[in-house]
Amino acid sequence: MVKRFFAWLDDRSGLLTAARHALEHPVPPRTGWWYVFGSATFIAFVLQVVTGIALATAYVPSSGQAYDSLRFISDQALLGRFLRGMHYFGASAMVLLIGIHVSRTYLMAAYKFPRELNWLTGAVLLLLTLALAFTGQLLRWDQNAVWSVIVGAAQAGRMPVLGPDLARFILAGDTIGGATLSRFFAFHVFFIPALVFALVGLHLALVLKHGISERPRAGDRVDPATYRARYQELLRKEGVPFWPDAAWRDVVFGAATVATVVLLAIIVGPPELGRPPDPSILEAYPRPDWYFLWYFALLALAPHTIENVIMVLGPPLFGAILLLIPLFNRGERSVRRRPWAALVVAFIWVTIGAFWYAGERADWSPDFTARPLPADIVHDTRPEVVQGARLFHEKGCEFCHAIAGYGGKRGPELTDVATRMRPEEIAARITNGGPNMPAYARSLTPEEIQALVAFLATRR
Amino acid sequence: MDTDPQTEPPQPLKRRRFLARMSIALSAAVGTVLGVPVIGFLLSPLTRKSPRVWRPVGPVDAFPVGQTVNVRFEDASPLPWAGVTARTAAWLRRDDESHFTAYTVHCTHLGCPVRWVAEAKLFLCPCHGGVYYADGSVSAGPPPKPLPQYPVRVHDGQVEILTSPIPIV
Repeated sequence: MVKRFFAWLDDRSGLLTAARHALEHPVPPRTGWWYVFGSATFIAFVLQVVTGIALATAYVPSSGQAYDSLRFISDQALLGRFLRGMHYFGASAMVLLIGIHVSRTYLMAAYKFPRELNWLTGAVLLLLTLALAFTGQLLRWDQNAVWSVIVGAAQAGRMPVLGPDLARFILAGDTIGGATLSRFFAFHVFFIPALVFALVGLHLALVLKHGISERPRAGDRVDPATYRARYQELLRKEGVPFWPDAAWRDVVFGAATVATVVLLAIIVGPPELGRPPDPSILEAYPRPDWYFLWYFALLALAPHTIENVIMVLGPPLFGAILLLIPLFNRGERSVRRRPWAALVVAFIWVTIGAFWYAGERADWSPDFTARPLPADIVHDTRPEVVQGARLFHEKGCEFCHAIAGYGGKRGPELTDVATRMRPEEIAARITNGGPNMPAYARSLTPEEIQALVAFLATRR
Repeated sequence: MDTDPQTEPPQPLKRRRFLARMSIALSAAVGTVLGVPVIGFLLSPLTRKSPRVWRPVGPVDAFPVGQTVNVRFEDASPLPWAGVTARTAAWLRRDDESHFTAYTVHCTHLGCPVRWVAEAKLFLCPCHGGVYYADGSVSAGPPPKPLPQYPVRVHDGQVEILTSPIPIV
């Protein structure tokens, strides 16, 4: 009975035959664990769609109410906190996995003939994933999100000619307001996911059409004239059915990905909501989520003269390089014969990692929470020195300069400043400023400067 | 028929070509009818002119001479569902009996909210460490330009600030 039903279904739809072909199509042998990241990225995307739909049933995409609806989801709705956690860590997994997938594809030169379009569709999917990550972070409509929109608009505004219009387009007007959030919501839940679905379909159809790339071997050059025949020969001689010989690894790794996301959602939970999205609250400390923190750090650390170039040319250049890579579609695939490919990938991961770490520390930000220096660190009871220590905190020196662990890291540490600067030099630096230090001539009296110098002269 | 059968395709092919071209043209027309309004709607913030209005931020006497304080006011024409996002802030200083200066709160580097540190007489930015002097000029960090000012006036004993777009440098 059941058998007859499925026979009828397949006769009328052709679905079962198509699925069987897709599952049983021969793939090259010994593909191994390196080939699981694409399917895992897709599984993370499915996770995002499922949890995203659930969240959308309660989220109110209105500039004035989104924050309250998020509070409701996080604090009151059954499983709301868990779903937000899933959506956050699912997004993190998707960004991370697509990064690994594209690195793997590049290292193994799987983009070479005839799979150039596989690479191109994948490159667009990478950009769309980043767009989803950015718009998604903004939907967590708290103070940080509002300032992220403004920072995004300010960056777009640096573009010559189009900049101001682009910035207005992002803000949906002159300022943050009622129109801003709805647009990001529509892009995040309808427009970009629709493109992702279409491109994933195309990407998978191309994978089926050209077959999974075989493990590269040094000396095996890709030649468009002979590649297809050689690949078919390999499949005929050594090919194994995709299901289950290769697919079991995808399933195991995908399940592990889901399990990791679930565990993190339960144990760590979603990012806490910040203050309400009120742009008039100025006690803000805007920071992007981890996947953009490295770029945020880059903009803090880049020399100011080339900053515009980075902001205006960086993203398009990144996109252009991604799209141009498949022009080099023949020759060696093995990374042993393309050592520079390994260097490029290692350089990118190390650079992003280093800037991410710098962004986590954010030494360039003044420490507004610096506490006054305690007496045992001042360790001097002369009135002028004590007054200087007090001024060091009150006048904001401590926001940027640390002494014995108290204070910010924006400027040089002054714990032993007296060992490298004479009192006259310290006085001159405070009065006139220096590279990246304000001049305090107008905001401090000569007596105050004298007290500060007296205090700093004891730091050795 | 006096046409040359060598150069002119036979009737059924001509008909087929016509039908194909007509179908493509019709589809393109449908696509345009759908696409133009959607794209126009999305781009509408670019053409919409928002009015600028004077917003009172407090009586003149509430501001001591020489002090720089944070004032809050509402955008020019907030949408009814804007909620707290319709609020804006400025740093307002009373220069003397009758003169006021209002600075934007947006750092010229990337728009983050600068804070006035009264004791140091500096504006500090928490994002990338930009620093401005009391007159808005850059003293340290990445900001490329001084802090822009908002138009400010005294009207009927009230200090008023003209609502302005977020400065995009």
